[in-house]
Amino acid sequence: MDALLALPPMYYVAMVAKVLIAFVFVLLTVAYATYAERKVIGFMQVRLGPMRTGWYGLLQPIADGLKLFFKEEVVPKQASTFAFLVAPLIALVPAFISFAVIPFGGNVEVFGYTIPLQIASVYDPTVGKVLDLNVGVLYILGMASLGVYGIVLAGWSSNSKYSLLGGLRASAQMISYELAAGLAIVSIFLMSGSLSLNQIVADQAGAFGVAGWYLFRNPFTFLAGIIFFICSIAEINRTPFDLPEAETELVSGFCTEYSSMKYAMFFMAEYANMVTVCAVTTTLFLGGWHGPAFLPGWMWFIAKVYFLIFCCMWIRATYPRYRYDQLMRLGWKVFLPITLVNVVATALWIMVVG
Amino acid sequence: MASTEIMTVNMGPQHPSTHGVLRLVVELDGEVIQKITPHIGYLHRGVEKLSEHRTYHQTLPLTDRLDYLAPMSNNLGYVLAVEKLLGIEIPERAQTVRVILTELTRLKSHLVWIACHALDIGAMTVFIYAFREREKVMSLYEKISGARMTSSYFRIGGLSADVYDGFEKDVQEIVDTFPGHFDTYEGLLTKNTIWMQRTIGNGVISAEDAINYGITGPALRGSGVDWDLRRDNPYSGYEKYNFQVPVGKNCDTYDRYKVRLVEMREAVKIIKQALDSLKPGPVLANAPQVCYPPKEEVYNTIEGLIHHFKIASEGFPVPEGEVYQSVENPKGELGYYIVSDGGTKPYRMRIRPPSFVNLGAIEKMAKGAMIADLVAVIGTLDIVLGEIDR
Repeated sequence: MDALLALPPMYYVAMVAKVLIAFVFVLLTVAYATYAERKVIGFMQVRLGPMRTGWYGLLQPIADGLKLFFKEEVVPKQASTFAFLVAPLIALVPAFISFAVIPFGGNVEVFGYTIPLQIASVYDPTVGKVLDLNVGVLYILGMASLGVYGIVLAGWSSNSKYSLLGGLRASAQMISYELAAGLAIVSIFLMSGSLSLNQIVADQAGAFGVAGWYLFRNPFTFLAGIIFFICSIAEINRTPFDLPEAETELVSGFCTEYSSMKYAMFFMAEYANMVTVCAVTTTLFLGGWHGPAFLPGWMWFIAKVYFLIFCCMWIRATYPRYRYDQLMRLGWKVFLPITLVNVVATALWIMVVG
Repeated sequence: MASTEIMTVNMGPQHPSTHGVLRLVVELDGEVIQKITPHIGYLHRGVEKLSEHRTYHQTLPLTDRLDYLAPMSNNLGYVLAVEKLLGIEIPERAQTVRVILTELTRLKSHLVWIACHALDIGAMTVFIYAFREREKVMSLYEKISGARMTSSYFRIGGLSADVYDGFEKDVQEIVDTFPGHFDTYEGLLTKNTIWMQRTIGNGVISAEDAINYGITGPALRGSGVDWDLRRDNPYSGYEKYNFQVPVGKNCDTYDRYKVRLVEMREAVKIIKQALDSLKPGPVLANAPQVCYPPKEEVYNTIEGLIHHFKIASEGFPVPEGEVYQSVENPKGELGYYIVSDGGTKPYRMRIRPPSFVNLGAIEKMAKGAMIADLVAVIGTLDIVLGEIDR
């Protein structure tokens, strides 16, 4: 601690700048994910998507934000006001703070200091290593499960039947898929022997920047990667698992009664969650910021995250929605056994093949 | 054991998937449906009563607004009923054009069905694709009648005017391109695991129940009953065309989906045959007491003007009697029962709307299922509120 305080002020400037740039970038990505979703799905559905606000509709997210900002705040009379107001925050904040532990690039030299491109980490020159949260994965899992409280609270406090059904669906869904997702990550723990995300990414360095990715290390981590991504989509309630807000069934599910900025927060939380799970998947399975050397690490990271986001949108444009019981069956009867066996299989593989 | 409570949810009249202004009061135990009570009448305009104060020609536009997704099919049923009562013969060209247009209407209606049905189950892209194709039929409608939805193109005695130049070419284009588009929808849905999981075993109604409830159309054929009015009680020259009547086996939503898709392909076949047999000729019957005279005559001769004025102002008398004429609409059997007292207005017109009758089975089909299944059942019944409420 003393060693940290003894550092010159320029070091802190560099650190704060890193946090700010990363956070603003994530915010912008979230805002433009909404735009990208409309454009991507638009093109897949032979239409143009937003075109009127700005060049090719580029100002659409800002226009949407402004519009929602000026909408009337409606709180239903029968609603439990405090919970109703606090729910969007609980949904939004965990979605963003998961980003604190995700390494989005290698170390960079700024003002002569080595800065690791990961928000919650420092470079310790005395040992020549990056120190980050040693339970980073656990932290992400924790934050991911916090988000559901926002949705459940929103569903319950609205005192509306559609919202209640949406909230119930959300809680059941999150619990079921968290288990499978967590077990899928266990394969990674076995490979890396660490819960620190920085360590996990460092472990994935390999020939051409690709060969070391956990996804390609052995067949069982490949399977784990696929299952983790599917479970992540289920956890963030996106099509085909968008039951909590199933528009054609529950009108708008848990956010039926929400308006104005409170609705915007749920909307942002949804996209922030999508960006987060894509970043987590990238970090755990797609080698983090590792890639062929012709591009810097952070560019590879962004490219991979954006590719996964594109996949989410692609899936949304293609698949119909699951039914509640089918979703549960898939989670408990298909993914959970597979991931359990997969953990054992990975362990055996490590023992036999190395 | 924790005590449970039955929750009553009011679905509609403003709800994204009740296809209009249907209101369903659903009693839920968790997500499982215990009871469904449909409440209808939000779109009631009194078409049957209105027709009693309108001449036979003036009643025709009201029929467009019944099943507003299939206006020409509604027109056909009505004009056939009145023509039967009058006993007039329709020229062959008019009959063939009517068949082409009603089959195009079937395509149009089924395209909306597949679009909304898929959207209800969550497949968004099919919705847009199907509406793209529907637009082609709509443009053709517009070219032929001036209106995209409320066409009123058929007339008692034939057609309001002959088809435009290039009609054959436009229809031929639809015939050539649509089967490929159907393949696209099937590619997205038919073998899609989620789609199959959602529709197989959903909304099962046995053939016996379907008959007892009076279900008609694709919903009946999906339950394995081989009954199609176009083949079994032909009208407007349908006996001349070769087409298959698809029949389902498992009585579920998936079978009804497949039946409708085959029906669309068969409709294309019928259009093709009709187009090949389309010959030049008159499009109005030789029945001056019923049909309007040609426009040149109206504008240039006093006799023509008086003739036109007489029909437009007081209509034409229809011999005393009663008639029931039913047609195979995209939704099912649409029947018109018209009683004439010999005057120029129907004494009583009763419409048998297929959607109304089919809706009656909704509780039978969705009880004990989940709320997501109910949405699929509404979609598979393919109801239109304009027809239910009239």
